Amino acid sequence: MVALDLDRQTLFDWLLRLGDNALILGHRTSEWCGHGPALEEDIALANTALDLIGHCQMWYTLAAEVEGKGRTADNLAYLRDAIQFKNVKLVELPNGDIGQTMMREFLFNAFHFELLTALTGSTDPKVSEIAAKAVKEVAYQLDRASDLVVRLGDGTEESHRRMQAALDYLWPYVGEMFLADATDDALAEAGIAPRLTDIQTKWEAIVSDTLDEATLTRPDRRPDVHTGGKQGRHTEHLGYILAEMQFLQRAYPGAEW
Amino acid sequence: MYAQMITSEKSSDDPELLAAFQARIDRGERIEPKEWMPEGYRKTLIRQIGQHAHSEIVGQLPEGNWITRAPTLERKQILLAKVQDEAGHGLYLYSACETLGISRDELFDRLHSGAMKYSSIFNYPTLTWADMGAVGWLVDGAAIMNQVPLQRTSYGPYARAMVRICKEESFHQRQGYTIMMKMAQGTPEQKAMAQDALNRFWYPSLMMFGPSDKDSVHSAQNMAWKIKINTNDELRQRFVNETVPQARYLGLEVPDENLTWNEDKQGWDFSEPDWSEFFAVLKGDGPCNEERLGARRKAWDDGEWFRDGLTAYAEKQAARRKAHAAE
Ligand SMILES: [Fe+2]
Ligand SMILES: [Fe+2]
Repeated sequence: MVALDLDRQTLFDWLLRLGDNALILGHRTSEWCGHGPALEEDIALANTALDLIGHCQMWYTLAAEVEGKGRTADNLAYLRDAIQFKNVKLVELPNGDIGQTMMREFLFNAFHFELLTALTGSTDPKVSEIAAKAVKEVAYQLDRASDLVVRLGDGTEESHRRMQAALDYLWPYVGEMFLADATDDALAEAGIAPRLTDIQTKWEAIVSDTLDEATLTRPDRRPDVHTGGKQGRHTEHLGYILAEMQFLQRAYPGAEW
Repeated sequence: MYAQMITSEKSSDDPELLAAFQARIDRGERIEPKEWMPEGYRKTLIRQIGQHAHSEIVGQLPEGNWITRAPTLERKQILLAKVQDEAGHGLYLYSACETLGISRDELFDRLHSGAMKYSSIFNYPTLTWADMGAVGWLVDGAAIMNQVPLQRTSYGPYARAMVRICKEESFHQRQGYTIMMKMAQGTPEQKAMAQDALNRFWYPSLMMFGPSDKDSVHSAQNMAWKIKINTNDELRQRFVNETVPQARYLGLEVPDENLTWNEDKQGWDFSEPDWSEFFAVLKGDGPCNEERLGARRKAWDDGEWFRDGLTAYAEKQAARRKAHAAE
């Protein structure tokens, strides 16, 4: 199933990035449950969180299989420490207000959608199979998030101000998604994953169209200020997410739930 | 049950119309939104369905408290989906209530101001993971006791909402029981958590049915209108009869020394909950009243700019379409 010239560890690390992005963003999104600004929104956010947690399960299951050490998807989610997580920093940032949450969803989903779309053509059939399942849900999430970004950006003065502030705050984190390292290069050479520069071009198109329609201004700031999450160098926020998420597994080792 | 102590409103309508209305209900006919109904019937239903709707959304909070700490990915998904279902129940019920001529925003205002209540049970804290089991098993279980008969209630939109909701509630109860089973058969610490959860949730669950109302005039009127089907005591007894064997199957002890099988009534005799605690909780002195209502108010207030933004955009779009059409 795996291109022979690609070592297991590299593939495993790359699969973790996909799984960790989904888990951590799913976790953040789930924090809204019961606290949404309208019932319909509460339900939609829970749907998004459910989809993302479903995706992380698929990626982790494949990652564990590739690793071949008998770990499970739950082991990967609950028994790794922050430096072993490989998600981008963007997804671990606190939710902020609902505007910041939706702006993050939009910025990440535009990437996630294009990445998954490309992965449906992966040379690895297991990767393309997962991508094909996930991309339908992410397409819907992207539609919903971009629609809300437009409506809130072009809503009231206050909603516009808040959406612009969210964009400005998140912008220095978006560059990490496209910053290829040796792992990304190896995956691209093996034909398993696309070149991130190609994804970035498509992302740029989606983002500039949506921001225009939303009457929002692209920040005049470097997008790659905050990087390193993919290599396990995170913000302080991730440790708290894990402390909360992993509490039961850590406090009662070996118990079944 | 999610609607407690619903007092009925008096009707000052024409006696002939009232008699004809009652005859329809007695024949088992469904009352639909556009049809004539006594003012008292309408107001009482708003109170009952509204309280039920509020209970669904406030009821998201105690379980929502554990979503980020669920112990496995599967448990996290099941819990998240369950709490999401409760939001969906709220949505159906608010819609049913709106057919009576009150808006969802107005109902929210009444919840936030304290003019309308939600079930007392949601003012208790969820302290360990076993509480996710106990709440599903006992709280959703008690809700089902009340809601299954309400599928036959006289008001059409309410009855139909109940049919949809009941299906999901029985899932919830089974999922809760599964968690209890895992815990009761787990490590000694897990079993202790399960017993502790049962100890804490047993009496508050019995309180969900409300105090005895067999002699209440409100109850008699509501039963005649078929917006209440059974007395509180009947439902409580049914709940105890079903739950005690389930607790024993788990190897857990129901925290009631007086629990004894009564051969004559073919049911369990059990201790009444402490009704002074119930009234204190209803008045606002439960362990989590401030947190629960505070969380609902905060969600609503923080969401104001969001809702306003969407409304403003919709208005701009409508104006743009109009301008475009005029060109
Ligand atoms: Fe419910
Ligand atoms: Fe439920």
